[in-house]
Amino acid sequence: MKFDYSEEQRLVADSVRRFVAQDYGFEARKSIVASPQGWSRGVWAKLAEIGLLGLPFPTELGGFGGRAVDLMSVMEAMGDALVVEPYLSTVALAGRLVARAGSGAMRQELVAAIVEGRLAMAFAHGEEGARYDLAHVAARASRKGAGYVLEGTKRVVLHAPCADRLVVSARTSGGVADPRGISLFLVDAKARGVSMNAYRTLDGLRAADVRLDSVAVPEDARVGAEGEALPLVEEAADYATALLCAEAVGAIKYACDATLEYLKTRRQFGVPIGAFQALQHRMVDMVISYEQARSMASLACARVDTESDPRERSRIVSAAKIKTADAARHVSQESVQLHGGMGMSEELKVSHTFRRLTMIARELGDADHHLDRFARNSR
Amino acid sequence: MDLNYSPEELAFRDMVRGWLRENLPDDLRRKVGRYEELSRDDLLRWHRILAKQGWIAPSWPREWGGTDWDVVQRYIFEEECGYAGAPPLIPFGLTMCASVLLKFGTPAQKQRFLPRIYNGDDFWCQGYSEPGSGSDLASLKTRAVRQGDHYVVNGQKTWTTLAHYADWIFCLVRTDAAEKKQEGISFVLVDMKSPGITVRPLILMDGGHEVNEVFFDDVKVPVENLVHEEGKGWTVAKYLLGHERMNTARIGGSRRELEKLKEFASRQPKDGRPLMQDVRFRDKVTRVEVELMALEITNLRFLDQLRGGRAPGAEVSMLKIRGTEIQQALTELMMEAAGPLAQPFRPVGPAADFDEVMAGIAPRYCNFRKTSIYAGSNEIQRNIIAKMSLGL
Repeated sequence: MKFDYSEEQRLVADSVRRFVAQDYGFEARKSIVASPQGWSRGVWAKLAEIGLLGLPFPTELGGFGGRAVDLMSVMEAMGDALVVEPYLSTVALAGRLVARAGSGAMRQELVAAIVEGRLAMAFAHGEEGARYDLAHVAARASRKGAGYVLEGTKRVVLHAPCADRLVVSARTSGGVADPRGISLFLVDAKARGVSMNAYRTLDGLRAADVRLDSVAVPEDARVGAEGEALPLVEEAADYATALLCAEAVGAIKYACDATLEYLKTRRQFGVPIGAFQALQHRMVDMVISYEQARSMASLACARVDTESDPRERSRIVSAAKIKTADAARHVSQESVQLHGGMGMSEELKVSHTFRRLTMIARELGDADHHLDRFARNSR
Repeated sequence: MDLNYSPEELAFRDMVRGWLRENLPDDLRRKVGRYEELSRDDLLRWHRILAKQGWIAPSWPREWGGTDWDVVQRYIFEEECGYAGAPPLIPFGLTMCASVLLKFGTPAQKQRFLPRIYNGDDFWCQGYSEPGSGSDLASLKTRAVRQGDHYVVNGQKTWTTLAHYADWIFCLVRTDAAEKKQEGISFVLVDMKSPGITVRPLILMDGGHEVNEVFFDDVKVPVENLVHEEGKGWTVAKYLLGHERMNTARIGGSRRELEKLKEFASRQPKDGRPLMQDVRFRDKVTRVEVELMALEITNLRFLDQLRGGRAPGAEVSMLKIRGTEIQQALTELMMEAAGPLAQPFRPVGPAADFDEVMAGIAPRYCNFRKTSIYAGSNEIQRNIIAKMSLGL
């Protein structure tokens, strides 16, 4: 049993912290979010340069073969800095699906492009009425000649407007919620028939509803076996969820630190407000939430890519997401309350962290969704 | 980072588990499992079995019978005992008095008391709280006045757990009333058979007798029973606070209770289905289960830091708060699972079919309200964290 980061993990953590301190301060982030693209190719190149884009990919594809635990410190730093770039979408979702299930040529080409910072990706999966059910896919892929034609609409695809390529799920057989019959396809974001209704999310990310209008793709654009994609999607979602929990830990830590600092400096009634026991105890409870969330994120990251039984893997990840969602809500709400009116202000980072944590609690499944899933996968 | 036990740690766990299977007497396991009151003999029998095995005082120095286990091994041992349903080890002698003697005791005091604690010859209790001094312990009023080679002690202790079983009591007493409240306190060891001691039971709301009032009426205590210097009792008390055992989270015991709860709730019907399948109930259980999974990792993370040589700090308070919240939630959910059957308490007249196990569920819920009050209330624990770890 060992809880410290290894020497390598510490080096990664140091470099990502340095990068965040230099290039991703609160002001820098604000101007990135306000820019027309809403993210920064320059930052993306920097992430590639310090090796973060290659970190999770296998060495034979040009990556560094890192496991989820190796990415924990990266995600924490990103959560702390509220990074808006399409990191999770690219490396944990779309890129992971390609790396695990794509054809030989596809994996080689795309992973190399990701590692070098030339390619951003998004995973177009969610649909109207699906909520968090990964098996709910109504979009259709019909055989036509030597390829497929895709039809349908994907809702709230995070980072779709940033992506050069999309991994799109569509049904090659079966009814809307059937576990069998889902297939994945690599689609160029600018392909004929792809249109995006783009927007900014409350927490400053870019996203879009993606319409697929008779989008023709060749046979070799398929990622993995026809009709058998659900287990792949579930694995990638679990993997991304574990990392998202680690990102939340970074944001929760920031909210706790900022609030503690505020309690020590803000004076009312002639004393720092941290002198009041009513606030001290609430602060302590925030810290306990943080420690408990950190423990579950560590557990999820340690097990998500080492646990061989998919049910057990999903059970642990759901447990982590339940705790993360609860802690994100608790700490974000308390951080704003303890900051008083200042916590509401656009000027303070804590209000941005509040929004990010509010969305993280929902991303990839809210607590209720994971409570159901935990029960299904128990025993 | 590696959240799995090493092969050596797993082997150790299996060894402990196998030994418990062979050596934990069935009748004790059953009594614990049915939440029955454990007698002095029950507690001492288990104590002596462990003493014979050499495992009764793992954290003591080797020369006094310690095992040289590291913190993770100690944690594994304690949690396996809890999970197996072993009787609790009463901490007053083994972990509290012994820690104090090892740190502050004279060679003669160590020689006199430690082997008897180890072998279960003396049963100890703790004389801290008084009617007017609970959370504000330093305001205590029990007086000890030096007369020749004795102190004469007068006053009252309360909430004294298992004083009715005890041979000895360690007490905080005031030896100098003139100074500021923390400074006139001394730490003394008192023979419970001394003339002038009266023990009066305090019956709690579950009907059980585990705490007492202890009255001191001109009790003579030999000066050689003073530990550390006169007036330095508060230093001793603070040291003890920092060295309370790390199994305060009681993960193993809670894991066992959680399994019992799920098994019990699976047998209770609701609307023609097992209660465990009722989403409203099930979600409450799951949230406790997740909190327990998290606390186990949190506990191990803190232990891992201790292995690096750091002294335990305010994190122990965090384990106490969350651990007791989980214990209380489990007893409450158990009562909820029993539904209307939680109401019967004691049979009146001959009642052959009276379900004693079911009747123990609601009293246990009542009894466990104590956990967030004792050993420093959870509010005091929050004060400790705020001050020591957050600098507020």
